[in-house]
Amino acid sequence: MSAAGVAERVRATYPDVVVARDEASVSLGREDLLAALESFRADPALRLDFLSSVTATDWPGRDPRFWLVYELSSNDLRHRLRVKVGLHEDDLHVPSVTGLFPTADWHERETFDFYGVVFDGHPDLRRILLPDDWQGWPLRKTEELGGVDTRYHGAFIPPVDRRTP
Amino acid sequence: MSRAGGPTDGADARSLSATSTREVRQETMIINMGPQHPSTHGVLRLLLELDGETVLSCTPVVGYLHTGIEKNTEYRTWQQGVTFVTRADYLSPFFNEVGYCLAVEKLLGIEPPPRAQVLRVLFCEMNRIASHLVWLATSGLELGAVSVMLYGFRERERILDIFEAATGLRMNHAYVRIGGVVMDLPDDGLDRIGDFLQTMPGRIDEYESLLTRNPIWIQRNLGVGRLSAEDALAVGVTGPTLRAAGAARDVRRDEPYSGYETYDFDVVTSDGADCYARYLVRIGEMRQSLRIVEQCVERLREPGPVMVEDPKVRWPAQLEVGPDGIGNSPRYITHIMEESMEALIHHFKMVTQGVSVPPGEVYVPVESPRGELGFYVVSDGGNRPYRVKMRDPSFANLQATSQMVEGGLVADVIAVIASIDPVLGGVDR
Repeated sequence: MSAAGVAERVRATYPDVVVARDEASVSLGREDLLAALESFRADPALRLDFLSSVTATDWPGRDPRFWLVYELSSNDLRHRLRVKVGLHEDDLHVPSVTGLFPTADWHERETFDFYGVVFDGHPDLRRILLPDDWQGWPLRKTEELGGVDTRYHGAFIPPVDRRTP
Repeated sequence: MSRAGGPTDGADARSLSATSTREVRQETMIINMGPQHPSTHGVLRLLLELDGETVLSCTPVVGYLHTGIEKNTEYRTWQQGVTFVTRADYLSPFFNEVGYCLAVEKLLGIEPPPRAQVLRVLFCEMNRIASHLVWLATSGLELGAVSVMLYGFRERERILDIFEAATGLRMNHAYVRIGGVVMDLPDDGLDRIGDFLQTMPGRIDEYESLLTRNPIWIQRNLGVGRLSAEDALAVGVTGPTLRAAGAARDVRRDEPYSGYETYDFDVVTSDGADCYARYLVRIGEMRQSLRIVEQCVERLREPGPVMVEDPKVRWPAQLEVGPDGIGNSPRYITHIMEESMEALIHHFKMVTQGVSVPPGEVYVPVESPRGELGFYVVSDGGNRPYRVKMRDPSFANLQATSQMVEGGLVADVIAVIASIDPVLGGVDR
């Protein structure tokens, strides 16, 4: 089905659907997340039965500050749908989708590791790529990239996150 | 560490056993395989719980090669992103580059010229063969077929020589750029690829004659590490590991990009769902890639531009491969340094500030040698990516490890890891 077709189908239940650059994405509240993913998978016209990826984006100064992004696709029907869930800064909890899609296990751990989003009901929510005793949530925009000042023969080069382009 | 009961602890065993043997059987051993272990393909660590030679549980531990590629791209211009993402899965650099550039091009709403798309397909398929050759070579080595290791790396070197002649580098090429590719093939490029196409099919036959009916190879692989298509899809496995279980999911055919819909090739599948089936699928894929490369060579006989014309997007420098490797074209240097101040200013602005990309988000999948490699790229309208998320296939595929090895023998863990073909540079990013 085309992105517009997917959007049309989804819009009946979840009205906040956008089609941009031939990709459909739906935004919904975290309380609807599990029911929505389940219905998208069960709907014979959608059959979104494969979860490619889970991640997040961070928008400091906006509300909601964090957006979770789930990339769904259908094995048989070969279309995709992006599901987005906004989270307020002071309440970073969202239900884990590992019960529906076991693949979400590591993807959710990665998102937790990078952003500090807590996936309620996840069987083993630990850091995955960073060391267990790492402090902070490195992919948040408020975290510095790190790096050192470089001086050589009178020239000075600051670390990349303090350079002006 | 002790455990309440092993899988062999049936009722018969209980009734027969003396207390002492039961004590022994209850002892399980936790061992670390990796992260410094030659058969873990880099720095994968497996926590194995063993009952004798039987694996009771297996927990993969990843992250030892995390280099913050995604975070780094947020601090560089859009063009510089190519040099970061290419280093993630270091055995398939062209796929990383193509996936990233396709995503940025989708945000920009541009399409590279046809010749650039053919070059992308050409290098991706050559890269697929090179990557499968590393898989073949290392799997052979780990399972005792050492000569296969020598042959696999021998042919891979020939591919890397072609890459080096065309891009200046054996790996991490940064050859694919936003709007096309950085430069055309060298004068003898098509001849070199033609020579390779002449010899490679015979070499694949050789590998097959060494392995396909080899009793040791069959015993080490057949029926080992079974994973059904249903289970594979549930844990997010894609690529040859999934296709070896009979599910013909391939992004090149399902959601064609770079003109894949215009090439003749088969999606290779098998129904064995074990390590041996994965071997057969990858061998078959190498032959299909050769077919695609042949078609690319035909299409490349007609010259044409390899980069979009728009000066607001294209990389301003003109590179060429000199006798000492890659460098700026002397003609271009003369132009910006001696002839045109405007050209110099333009060059400076494009190199330091780069392009501005309209706000939005895209998810672009490509079919890498290991499965669905996806790029979720977000722009806020600036000259740097706001977010680049790589959905690396090895990361998802490794989740199936436990399911494939638990209940099997320790020695089979090696065969299973080899058959998943994970590249930790991609897993950890």
